[in-house]
Amino acid sequence: MEIVVASSVGVLTAGGVYLILRLRAFPVILGLALLSYAVNVFLFATGRLAINAPPVLSKYGDATYTDPLPQALVLTAIVISFGMTAVLVMIALGAYLEADHDRIDMTGPNAPDTDKKETGA
Amino acid sequence: MSHWIIAPVVLPALLAPIIAFVMRHDITLARAASFAGTITLAAITVGLLFMSADGATHVYRLGDWPAPFGIVLVLDRLSALMLLLTSALALIVLLHATATGWDNRGRHFHALFQFQLMGICGAFLTGDAFNLFVFFEVLLIASYGLMIHGGGRVRLQAGLQYVVMNLAGSTLFLFALGTLYASTGTLNIADLAVKVRELPVEEASLVRVAAILLMVVFAIKAALFPVQFWLPATYSNAPAPVAALFAIMTKVGAYAIIRVHAVVFGPDVAVLDGLIGDWLMPAALVTLAIGAIGVMGARRLMSLLSFSVIASMGTMMIAVAAFTPYATGAALYYLLHSTFSAAALFLLADLVVSRRPGGDLLRAEPPIVQNGLFAALFFAGAIGMAGMPPLSGFLGKLVILDAMADTPQMVISWIAILVGSLLLILGFARAGSTLFWKSTALAPAPEDTDTQEDDETPPPDDAPAPARALELAPTMAALAALAFLSVFAGPISTYLVETSEQLFDGTDYVTAVLGQGEES
Repeated sequence: MEIVVASSVGVLTAGGVYLILRLRAFPVILGLALLSYAVNVFLFATGRLAINAPPVLSKYGDATYTDPLPQALVLTAIVISFGMTAVLVMIALGAYLEADHDRIDMTGPNAPDTDKKETGA
Repeated sequence: MSHWIIAPVVLPALLAPIIAFVMRHDITLARAASFAGTITLAAITVGLLFMSADGATHVYRLGDWPAPFGIVLVLDRLSALMLLLTSALALIVLLHATATGWDNRGRHFHALFQFQLMGICGAFLTGDAFNLFVFFEVLLIASYGLMIHGGGRVRLQAGLQYVVMNLAGSTLFLFALGTLYASTGTLNIADLAVKVRELPVEEASLVRVAAILLMVVFAIKAALFPVQFWLPATYSNAPAPVAALFAIMTKVGAYAIIRVHAVVFGPDVAVLDGLIGDWLMPAALVTLAIGAIGVMGARRLMSLLSFSVIASMGTMMIAVAAFTPYATGAALYYLLHSTFSAAALFLLADLVVSRRPGGDLLRAEPPIVQNGLFAALFFAGAIGMAGMPPLSGFLGKLVILDAMADTPQMVISWIAILVGSLLLILGFARAGSTLFWKSTALAPAPEDTDTQEDDETPPPDDAPAPARALELAPTMAALAALAFLSVFAGPISTYLVETSEQLFDGTDYVTAVLGQGEES
């Protein structure tokens, strides 16, 4: 099971990084989503991998339990990354509608607004 | 356990939704509420500063859960200082945004502003690493909204870059926290400090990875090399009051490095073996160099100011990288200074740029109204930022040089700071003379206006209005803060060295958080 979890984190991260480097809004959003999935699985594994163990202490015997804290962390991380992805999609849409293209990188250093003001210099 | 400790988080958190939902259609009402909230926040932070000034560490346990299990907020001298800095800066920026009407050029400025304050205050107060992540996200998501406030093509594109950069940073933060939790089993900063020191050396590799990952994450926020490249595009395209408020955002990263890497991964930790300082120092030196070169090469006023912010972060982190109480005290003094000087310059730049037909391009244009006044203010801000006497930038750099004098990196850091300051002076002198002096040579004499083409001559009633006193007041206030820092440099730096001694002492922090029943 360790190899499955580890390789899934690795593959998701690799895919996410590759997509982020594409520098177009849609692949970048997908890439960030993949990265957040990767980190969620990773966080889940930080409490050690355990199967069929409840995340609560049992008072009816010394049943094994798994660490509940990473699960709480993952829940928080999922909520935050969900919200952030929504914001990112809105801002990317806004930028796309304003600029008529979905490139993330900006032409020229510090992005002079070439169409409006920069006539000299 | 005083409940005032959580007030800087709760107050903006309650106010922001009320502004967003109840006062969204009435800008006057929103302004009043925002001012009331920010002034109250400032009063609270002054109170907290006095509360922590005796050197005690005050702990607020959320839900009254005992420390390593529940989330704690910790108020010590450093937190209180950063809170006061935040609220003072917020008041200045809010006044500017209101006086110039920036807050009315898009929607929800005041609500986002309060959420931003909530995130920043929370990040300064929290004593839990995961909670630090959460507050980082709160301040970031508010800053995304503020960054694209007012809209426009370039601003939205720059905003998109900023969001992508920070989302990648957040993912890295989570990886770092996961690694740290997997190796130590805790995320409470005080508990981490204990556990990391107890860790056997053979299990150190994961902790080293986590420490370096965390440093990269905070370096993104603090705009350190090699992850500084988001800053110029973001700051120079953000609305100027927002850029001035962002002057505190880089300091959040610096604060996190100081807090986490001094308390948890301090220089006395055997498993790290001075690893952090070894990496932080070159990064800070290169950051300073990039900032200084960027200031020399900038073609636009806003990007010049952005690069000067990078240079000031480099200067500050050189002192932080030494990881001694005296050097950190010097860094804190420079932190206060650079926040206000960056804010003053960005606010002033807004007043100047909005009155120039060419925007913030650094080229000579006919003089704007009140050319002399703006030139004088720019001069004051520039000598503050570049570090010339008599303002606090000079004193700050002097103290940093003094603190670096007895470290092994003395030669390289002195060279970097001195040459960097020279380049900054040159860059600001060039910008100032282009903007304000050469323009007077281009001034059209009153009688030859008829020789110009009609369509190029702006009608007199279309000319930008001179700045009202209320618009100038925030810039003046930020400059006055610099003067205050200079005049009271002695007591302030003594207090700051005490602050960093408390930070490096560590035991005080740990016993206050983990100790049983030590209610403050």
